[in-house]
Amino acid sequence: MRLINIKPGRASASLLMLLPFAAVLIAYAIGSEIRLSENPSDKLLPAPGTIWDTAVRLTTEADRRSGRILFWHDTWASLKRLGLGIGISAFTALVIGLLIGLLPLMRSFLSQFVAVLSMIPPLALLPILFIVFGLGELSKVVLIVVGTLPFLIRDLSQRTLEIPQELLVKAQTLGASSWVIAIRVALPQVLPRLIQGVRLSLGPAWLFLIAAEAIASDLGLGYRIFLVRRYLAMDVILTYVIWITFLAFVIDWALRWISRRTFPWMETGL
Amino acid sequence: MSFVTIENVFQTYDDRPILERVNVEVDEGQFMSVVGASGCGKSTFLRLLLAQEQPTRGQVRVADAPPAMEPGLDRGIVFQKYSVFPHLTVRENIIAGESFRHRWGRLFGAERRDALTRADETLVRIGLDHVADAYPATLSGGMQQRLAIGQALVAKPRILLLDEPFGALDPGTRLNMHDFLQNLRAETGMTVFMVTHDLEEAFKLGDRVLVFDKPRWDPNDPTLYGATITYDFDARDGGIPFQTLKEETHVLHSA
Repeated sequence: MRLINIKPGRASASLLMLLPFAAVLIAYAIGSEIRLSENPSDKLLPAPGTIWDTAVRLTTEADRRSGRILFWHDTWASLKRLGLGIGISAFTALVIGLLIGLLPLMRSFLSQFVAVLSMIPPLALLPILFIVFGLGELSKVVLIVVGTLPFLIRDLSQRTLEIPQELLVKAQTLGASSWVIAIRVALPQVLPRLIQGVRLSLGPAWLFLIAAEAIASDLGLGYRIFLVRRYLAMDVILTYVIWITFLAFVIDWALRWISRRTFPWMETGL
Repeated sequence: MSFVTIENVFQTYDDRPILERVNVEVDEGQFMSVVGASGCGKSTFLRLLLAQEQPTRGQVRVADAPPAMEPGLDRGIVFQKYSVFPHLTVRENIIAGESFRHRWGRLFGAERRDALTRADETLVRIGLDHVADAYPATLSGGMQQRLAIGQALVAKPRILLLDEPFGALDPGTRLNMHDFLQNLRAETGMTVFMVTHDLEEAFKLGDRVLVFDKPRWDPNDPTLYGATITYDFDARDGGIPFQTLKEETHVLHSA
């Protein structure tokens, strides 16, 4: 039987899915064990048990100086920045993308400009953002917006262009104005694409968030990681990394769930 | 006075002639079948009727109005596919035929309730009342086309344009659709243009059959000349024109 025709059953599919996770955990545990047996005060690969203890301490014990549980404050600060940045980005991209996709005038006016803008490496703009917007929340949110907006605009304008011409003509023969076509035909068909685009943008958004927090911040997940790096606190760093991964995964999963629930007419799940 | 007047129409894409010297006059209520080989400008002809494109020369007039610059309420269209809105349910698709002309593309209050009642009547008439709340993607090809035709008719166009509407359907469904279309036509008396590849269908449904072909042909450069209407058959009365048969002739029975 050809390899391309061999499909795993339900049980073996689950097993295969878990395998790489288990492999990484076991490899880490072995590596950690080897290093710790040579030098019990080794800091590079803390034992899984140590990481667990650190995680419990970070999430339950308040900071001695400020009396706050920094872990949750970091999380809240970062999620706020991320949500604000992605939210502004998504909304702006939706409006501009629809304009470019539907109106030939706007396409001539903006599409090349956006294409050039999207080539600017956002991190190269970070110093400018800090200078212009200061070191507060604004510059971090703006970095996320600058980093994700051009991609989202290009994605959404392309998706709008891909709406079959037949549907736009049909709407016109039903007497729809440009505005009605935008809100009743194009918008509902592009919204699931927006969610898909946001899911793809979340990776870069986290990258920009952590970069901005690492450089100038006093709270946030990225800030904490770079702060404890000075003490080689691998257990804290790893806890935060696992937590960020978990958050990103949950957000992605939630967006997919929303997309499925809200747009049942999309036959295939995104 | 004819209802649709097509006067000396030429259409050229990038210096490549598609249609040349097309002249035809159509009375209100006639069913025009348009046939011809692929690439002979049938679909271009339909787009000109739809006012989706403007002819390079000549003009297309409906009901003596000045030539339309863009598709509008007076022309309804059904394409081979992508004719219904995939994000609206069957009932919403029918309502769209009434609501899209309003400022928000929606109806509110009493207007909406009336439209819902009318939509349900339309759905019964086109035989889709049992799937009113389904999305078009879950319907068969024939049902989707019935919906598309119903949706176009709700907007009460003056002419209905069909671009190979049954091209993707299996033969049995196609026959059902013919009956469906003939019944609708008997009810509404609408002017219809239908582009088709199926000659039998063209003669069965049409009052007149327009054949598009290239009258001149350069074997070294097939795209040098455009197509025009080379035949204009009267397809009424079993294809025997200009006479109303009083007795059974036992010839030319359409199946």
